[in-house]
Amino acid sequence: MTNTSHEVVKGPHHSGDAAPIALSAHSITKRFPGVLANDSVDFDVRAGEVHTLLGENGAGKSTLAAMLCGLYQPDSGYMLRNGEPISLSSPRAGLQHGIAMVHQHFRLVERFTVAENVVLGSRNLSFTLNRKSIDDKVAAVAESYGLPIDPQAIVGDLSVGQRQRVEIVKALYQGAEILLLDEPTAVLVPAEVEKLFENVHAMTAAGKSIVFISHKLGEVVEISDRVTVLRGGRVTGHVSGRGTTDTKELARLMVGRDINLSTQRASHPTGHEVLQIRELSLESEGVNLLSNISFNVHEGEMVGIAGVAGNGQRELADTIAGLLSPTSGSISIGGAMATDRGPIAARELGLAYVPEDRLGMGLVPSMSILDNLLLTRDRRIIVDRASVRPEATRLIEQFEIKANDADHIARKLSGGNAQKVLLARELSGGRAATKLLVVCSPTRGLDVGAIETVRRLLDDARSAGQAILLISEDLDEIMSLADRILVLYRGAIVHETRGEAAQLATVGAAMAGLNTEGAA
Amino acid sequence: MNENIWILTSANAVTIATTLILAALGALFTERSGVLNLGVEGILLTSAISSFLAADSTGSIWIGLVVGTVVGSLLSSIHATLTVILRANQIVSGLALVIFGTGLANFLGKPAEGRTVTTIIEPIRLGPLSDIPVIGPILFTQDIITFGTIAFAVACAWFLFRTRPGLELRATGDDPATVDAQGLSVSGIRIRYTMFGGALIGLGGSWHMLAQSAAWHQAATTNGIGWIALALVVFAGWHPVRLIFGAILFGFCLRLPFTLQAEQITFIPSAFMQMLPYLATLIALIALSRPGSKNLRGAPKALGNPFVRDER
Repeated sequence: MTNTSHEVVKGPHHSGDAAPIALSAHSITKRFPGVLANDSVDFDVRAGEVHTLLGENGAGKSTLAAMLCGLYQPDSGYMLRNGEPISLSSPRAGLQHGIAMVHQHFRLVERFTVAENVVLGSRNLSFTLNRKSIDDKVAAVAESYGLPIDPQAIVGDLSVGQRQRVEIVKALYQGAEILLLDEPTAVLVPAEVEKLFENVHAMTAAGKSIVFISHKLGEVVEISDRVTVLRGGRVTGHVSGRGTTDTKELARLMVGRDINLSTQRASHPTGHEVLQIRELSLESEGVNLLSNISFNVHEGEMVGIAGVAGNGQRELADTIAGLLSPTSGSISIGGAMATDRGPIAARELGLAYVPEDRLGMGLVPSMSILDNLLLTRDRRIIVDRASVRPEATRLIEQFEIKANDADHIARKLSGGNAQKVLLARELSGGRAATKLLVVCSPTRGLDVGAIETVRRLLDDARSAGQAILLISEDLDEIMSLADRILVLYRGAIVHETRGEAAQLATVGAAMAGLNTEGAA
Repeated sequence: MNENIWILTSANAVTIATTLILAALGALFTERSGVLNLGVEGILLTSAISSFLAADSTGSIWIGLVVGTVVGSLLSSIHATLTVILRANQIVSGLALVIFGTGLANFLGKPAEGRTVTTIIEPIRLGPLSDIPVIGPILFTQDIITFGTIAFAVACAWFLFRTRPGLELRATGDDPATVDAQGLSVSGIRIRYTMFGGALIGLGGSWHMLAQSAAWHQAATTNGIGWIALALVVFAGWHPVRLIFGAILFGFCLRLPFTLQAEQITFIPSAFMQMLPYLATLIALIALSRPGSKNLRGAPKALGNPFVRDER
């Protein structure tokens, strides 16, 4: 492979070239067993700018960020902070140089208050805790950057967006000048993303440097002053200039080929109803997890369930799959009653289920592809591997699964390939031909290439006449795939729209519970 | 009915509660850091015999207490090494420590079989407070270790909830990845508090030996108190002050069979009465560890999980 590092300069630099370089990394190389994660990568960030690291999963951007903040140490290369060489042996050393990371998975103690979380690990904390003065200090720091937050709130009670704000306040409280934001929008609803971007602008205006790590092209173009694209551990391009960047060009630099994640919808009329849900409610310990849900999914139709995590998506999927018994209401699959008949009955009616937790609930990690396939195929007492092996081999080929053979252990597959195995098993039908596919967050954690494949497989299944219920927190995914979109909020459907008529702002507002217009 | 015998039972309950509080505080500190140490019973026994031998050969009870405390800390350091550094399964290591500790204690105790220490720790009378009827002898006529232990448990609550190291300790037991991201050493904190906890358990075992049972009878010396201490931590919801009350309650259950025997109340066979503390433990644990129980809110979330920084 040739090192195709090239400059695509588009328009004037936002923050002006006068701003000094706050942090730079030169010829950084990092090896993990069997992987060259970073291959002589150069990167720098100026005071008051947003510099984005763009790349697929496994491109090396998180590894680079981990070295910039002191979590890992590079095998070779060096870093300069305000022109002075630095060596970061730990995140603590990073903090001493004013570098802090806001992790994708929040590093917050849920049982602690906001203030306790913010001051945890802080160096200038006295032996005895004076809660009043800590609360006041934390509130003062938060307010000075326009990040309002209640220091006495328990973190476990906060929304995801608020928790992220706590993480940012924590970094600022500890004196961070350079903030590394690792996939900060992955967990946010659109309104929260907007709020985050406002906070980012407030911080850059105050002279802070932001290293923004993402694989979402749209937002990268919106927020970044500069973009560095990584692929396979190498820098494949630099792009400058806010808002003037071509996403196609970025996608090509990121993936190394042209990519198509564009809108796909049913091209032919849909058939009769496969899934009918009537007034479905689920109650547990006095809490309404699902309340009075009714909808249908037709042959050749994909219905998307949008919503922020924890609003009943998982319960809805598990109830349809027969794993949970509804408190009231009915479910029928292919015209036959499936309510309360258990998972095996549901499967015999033609249900296929791809749960969110693909390597826990979907596949048995310690078993081979073949044995995982057998789970839905054979219910006799004596296992007959030989009879299923040809099918396994055929599916590996058909679904382009990167595995040595059918005996490859599921755990050793990459996320994308594990998802392909799961889809292959579910789509190919087990005891009955698949009529209805329920998929939950099918592309979470996958890289762009695998996302493209998974979406194509779902689209193919729809074209083949299968009814699909797509449950996803990735609003973009639902917007670009689903023929109809239902928004689930606190266990109820609060919004319904045709896929082609869907407005991002309206659906986003419904997800946040702000809008109940068009309720089903 | 002889009133004095009940006062004596209650006073003895407070005495036995001291061992329970020390052992349970040790387990509590260990667990608050995220390490489950099931080896309490083994540590108690080994510390008991070590303190006995040390006190016997030097003639000083205080040297005995110090030796027992150090031995407790050393035994826990084995657990810390296995589980924190080598990331072995905490349950397996803890159970192994019980077996090892019991065996070691029996081996060391061979020459001491049936002997008693020559001196005991004298009770302190708190002036007029000790003269209050009923309460005086129960609460205000105890030795320095008992008074010290109760004061110490209160101080531990302050330490856990009102100081910086306490905050860091609780965070380590709940969410070690967060502590690690702050540049604090999860392993360091866990090893430190496992050894500190072991020292407290060791002190409890030594005190139990030297101030109370006074004669070495192998396993009968601790009589399963280590296991009760572990249950007590759950009972107290991982809170040091609630531990004091729980310990006195369990202490009373432990002493009651002796009182009933002395009172010649025999309608319940004594064998059944001796089951009382263990039955109480079972009932308390079952009642308090139902899912959603308020009591479990204090449970460290990462309890029993070795911490590994995720590498990619």
